[in-house]
Amino acid sequence: MITDITLGQYIPGNSILHRLDPRTKILLTFAFIAVVFITENIIGYVLIGFLLALLIKMSGIPFKFILKSLKPIYFFVIFTALLNLFMTGGKYIVSFGIFHISREGIILAATMALRLIFLVAGTSLLTYTTSPIVLTDGIEALLKPLEKIKFPAHELAMMMTIALRFIPTIIEETDKIMKAQSARGADFDTGGLIKKAKAMIPLLIPLFISSFRRADELALAMECRGYHGGEGRTKLKELRFKKLDLTAFLVFTLLAALCIFVGKFNLFYI
Amino acid sequence: MDIKTENLSHIYMPGSPISHVALDNINLEIKNGSFVGLIGHTGSGKSTLIQHFNGLLKPTSGKVLLGGKDINESRETLKQLRFKVGLVFQYPEYQLFDETVEADIAYGPKNMELTEAEIKERVFEAINYVSLDEALLKKSPFELSGGQRRRAAIAGILALRPEVLILDEPTAGLDPKGRDDILSNISRLQKERGITVILVSHSMEDVAKVCESVIVMNKGTVAMQGSVRDVFRESETLKKLQLNVPQITQLVLKLRREGYNLPDDIYTTDKAFEEFLKLIKKSPNQKGSVG
Repeated sequence: MITDITLGQYIPGNSILHRLDPRTKILLTFAFIAVVFITENIIGYVLIGFLLALLIKMSGIPFKFILKSLKPIYFFVIFTALLNLFMTGGKYIVSFGIFHISREGIILAATMALRLIFLVAGTSLLTYTTSPIVLTDGIEALLKPLEKIKFPAHELAMMMTIALRFIPTIIEETDKIMKAQSARGADFDTGGLIKKAKAMIPLLIPLFISSFRRADELALAMECRGYHGGEGRTKLKELRFKKLDLTAFLVFTLLAALCIFVGKFNLFYI
Repeated sequence: MDIKTENLSHIYMPGSPISHVALDNINLEIKNGSFVGLIGHTGSGKSTLIQHFNGLLKPTSGKVLLGGKDINESRETLKQLRFKVGLVFQYPEYQLFDETVEADIAYGPKNMELTEAEIKERVFEAINYVSLDEALLKKSPFELSGGQRRRAAIAGILALRPEVLILDEPTAGLDPKGRDDILSNISRLQKERGITVILVSHSMEDVAKVCESVIVMNKGTVAMQGSVRDVFRESETLKKLQLNVPQITQLVLKLRREGYNLPDDIYTTDKAFEEFLKLIKKSPNQKGSVG
């Protein structure tokens, strides 16, 4: 039913991308986002597209899953593209009625759409290849220096770990309650907005109650095992940068530089 | 209504690296009005199988036939089907949501678009079948005890007046009195209304007590099928499937090996008690060694 939600889903594997240190992956993902925003022309985007395709190929994640992660933004992409297509001024190529399409409009629409797709596909690659626990470990390590200015890095990471950890549990639970209520004739799919909203009550109330119960039990279990926050807490698995991470940084920097160079400076005058 | 499956297979998340075959070519026939126990080790596919019977899961391949008709035909029949095949999930008390117990039990009949009077009648009939006190109807479901909540949730399904009733471990986590009550209530319902009941259970004792026949599942396939007697006779095969025979049967088998003259088809404590009495009466000189 709803088990095909991809948010925060991790697909186990043993590719180069899976083996990289989470800090490397997080930093490079941010770098990737920056490159996508700096790039301005279509050739640059073609290059980024190639880079992304290469990364997906290396990760061993089926292309189908990448498409699935794009599902929630399809509407947004089309909307943005259409808006840019019709609202951009310049030399009109095609005109019908009040609608005008300019050369600049086409290029802007394409770059905006690609920009959105690349952003989501690139970041979803991070969550697909990094388990939630490792990911938050990486975030905590990166935020550690901020603890000097009283930033609660450990608490933030713990909250994220717990939230991510319970996404599958809550999805599973939602699925179970949905099925149980369907067995009593509940209909979640048909009817108008109000009818649909009303149909959610038998789902949301049990879900709320069990979430509170679970939070209570978890807090108790953590206290029983002597949890008292981040101070003096050691890790079972220490994060270590390896040679692979250095290689990844170097290769990525070169490729990013190429993308920016081509993407920023209009070499071919288009 | 007869339930029949033809080459039924189900694969979770097909095509992904984490795909998993939950059901593998199941061919089954459950006769109208029978009381069937469904047993199997955790992960053997019991829950997946029963969710096919009321169309909550769609087969990856194969068919599920109810009364001779394929259930995955149209959308309309699917909703009607859910009322015909009542499915009580594991720990059903977690699905209670309404303000009062009465409103919660009435949720199913309301979805059937029955009249107020009819709904009321069904609610009362349902609480009678689970022996839930009428005074509790006006209370919030969250004020009830665990056992009462379980009964209220089961009543929510019984109020649909299903022709086939499927229960997924209805006694899990209850005290001995609670489990006996629920089992005998279901047994009474099955006899009075002549409906088909499928009981999924980990408790061999429960199955031996109320069921007529047993289906044993293992790794997504049907490993054994037959009457209670036929299945529990194969204690060695059951052990290989990480299952067992009822505890009382284990005791009787042990006594038989020690040389006591007892029949090998004792599956309930009542029957065992009878046979022990017979044995004691027959050979009074052996009495000391029995005690």
